[in-house]
Amino acid sequence: MRISVNGGECYAYTGFHRLDPAQPTIAFVHGAANDHSVWALQSRYFAHHGFNVLAVDLPAHGRSAGEACATVEAIADWIPALLDAAGVAQAALVGHSLGSLAVLACAARHPERVASVALIGPAAPMLVSDELLAAARDDELLAYEMIVGWSISAARQLGGNTVPGMWMTGSALRLMERTRPGVLHSDLTACQSYGNGLVDAAAVRCPVLAVVGGRDQMTPVKGARALLDTLAGVRVVTLQGAGHAMMAEQPDAVLDALRTFLQASPRR
Amino acid sequence: MSKPKSHRFDTLSLHAGSAPDAATGARATPIYQTASFVFPDSDHAAALFNMERAGHVYSRISNPTVAVLEERAAALEGGVGALGTASGQAALHLAIATLQGAGSHIVASRSLYGGSHNLLDYTLPRFGIETTFVDPRDIDAWRAAVRPNTRLFFGETLGNPGLDVLDIPRVSRVAHEQGVPLLVDSTFTTPWLMRPFDHGADLVLHSATKFLSGHGVVIGGVLVDSGRFDWDAGAARGKFPTLTEPYHGFHDMVFSEESTTAAFLLRARREGIRDFGACMSPFTAFQILQGIETLPVRMQRHVENTRKVVAFLDAHPLVEDVGYPELPGHPDHVLAKTLLPRGCGAVFSFNLRGTRAQGRKFIETLNLFSHLANVGDAKSLVIHPASTTHFRMSAEDLAKSGITEGTIRLSIGLEDPEDLTEDLGRALHAAGKT
Repeated sequence: MRISVNGGECYAYTGFHRLDPAQPTIAFVHGAANDHSVWALQSRYFAHHGFNVLAVDLPAHGRSAGEACATVEAIADWIPALLDAAGVAQAALVGHSLGSLAVLACAARHPERVASVALIGPAAPMLVSDELLAAARDDELLAYEMIVGWSISAARQLGGNTVPGMWMTGSALRLMERTRPGVLHSDLTACQSYGNGLVDAAAVRCPVLAVVGGRDQMTPVKGARALLDTLAGVRVVTLQGAGHAMMAEQPDAVLDALRTFLQASPRR
Repeated sequence: MSKPKSHRFDTLSLHAGSAPDAATGARATPIYQTASFVFPDSDHAAALFNMERAGHVYSRISNPTVAVLEERAAALEGGVGALGTASGQAALHLAIATLQGAGSHIVASRSLYGGSHNLLDYTLPRFGIETTFVDPRDIDAWRAAVRPNTRLFFGETLGNPGLDVLDIPRVSRVAHEQGVPLLVDSTFTTPWLMRPFDHGADLVLHSATKFLSGHGVVIGGVLVDSGRFDWDAGAARGKFPTLTEPYHGFHDMVFSEESTTAAFLLRARREGIRDFGACMSPFTAFQILQGIETLPVRMQRHVENTRKVVAFLDAHPLVEDVGYPELPGHPDHVLAKTLLPRGCGAVFSFNLRGTRAQGRKFIETLNLFSHLANVGDAKSLVIHPASTTHFRMSAEDLAKSGITEGTIRLSIGLEDPEDLTEDLGRALHAAGKT
């Protein structure tokens, strides 16, 4: 559906369902230079199993207009505006990579709007190599290739997509190629400059799930350790063999981790 | 963090899409010869049917062996995904039926495989889809043929049988100006010689019966999506309701919203393969996979042999002319150097000097060349287009396609090239004495 958020037109995938005020809501927040479609299987599942789903395209991404949010905090403050526009008082937030930082910060800054958070492929700090930042600034196609090469585990780069007939590497690259000029650099800079991860993590009071990939090169498990140690009561699920693109590599495992977590979390 | 490396073509032709079988450790891709797949439980079954979980339900819609081939084809072409079909013709029909219905229009090259010409010129008009055929070299003709209801451009990388080289960069530019995708039949070239997506094509199809499988033992097709065409945007807006409006046949799914890059393939699988049913069998997929494993080495040898045969025929006094883009006299010689630097394939035509009887004598005297209707076999093949593949075309259309009564089409195989030229020389000698 299309809704106006802070005066800008925004797209959110709902599974083609109207939002039902009687149902709990899950907002899915994608990572850098991605869009709602990275959550295709998981968001569609929840949309057909008793939840409202708002799988958003962040400003300047996918089908959403506007300028990209320049900081993680800006995305964190944009999410409540999205919920306002959708008429949702409180939601569970699920974020991947950059999106995981955004939902973490949102839970810390707007606790009354967040029922629970699921962090998929998180790390704090989320360091971005100088080489990648330079490529994002000077040669975006190269930067997309670098990200796809690092995001998909070696085994899955050769094949074995659980979605029949789909080439995971090609799909990931083609999605990033649709990104508007400058947006990837903005997204990566937001990741790099977010220095409040551990402070925000310490402030989070709602239930937290973290899903990490055993072969994640973008946000390696060791890079997430400090964050996981700071989050009180966090439930950690490690997907052995999965890279950073774990919603594509192990869609059922991600879904099952989310189902277990979200269906057990208090619904407000 | 070192820069990631991507796998190269020859490696992908062996490995893409496959992995050792998790259940048995089998290194070769198993043939999953089953109609259906057992559901772990009712919830899982419902989730598979509703595209909430990935997996296989029924082999008409998807099958693990076929999926390996689909993934490999997509990897080699540089696309997002692919669909295996019962034949190349089924792939063409699937592409068209996914994008358009009655009241729509196609602009196509007039230098097409006879079967494709039949579908577009004789069969689809019965279902309300019309086609305007244009000289593929005339870029203005492509543009001039566009109507408000045009939904697709279609051509072959190397036209049949004259080997017109499709100027994909320019034709795709015209297509995109008009808000329609360019579908390219890449059967003659395979991704080893050219990847049409690198030059602007949006969709690619193959008759995998030919060089991809490579041994003349199966009938199959592959349809690959680049994932680049924006079905919602700009000039395309409103033109493709099958992809951009709710589909009541699948829970009001809007395919372009469900998948940003694979809307076309989603609809093709969830409607076209499901309802028309022209799916590929797992055994066929296995045979094609075996062929693709050696595609790079075979194509290299096909091209090397073809160059030797072309040179032989070009110098023979009984040969009027040879239509091969690597020859300086071919109209697309310069373009071929740009688009097909590795070679122009292994199928070409030549015209015999002399009578129809001499042509018949030539074909019947050949020993190594098999007289049959196919191309892209490991064995060398020969056919007389005017009396076989293109016999339904009028004399006028034949002439427009560069076919005469004396035109002979060869598909050069992997035999020793000296044996091939000796066989051709013997047959030409016999024809000359007739």
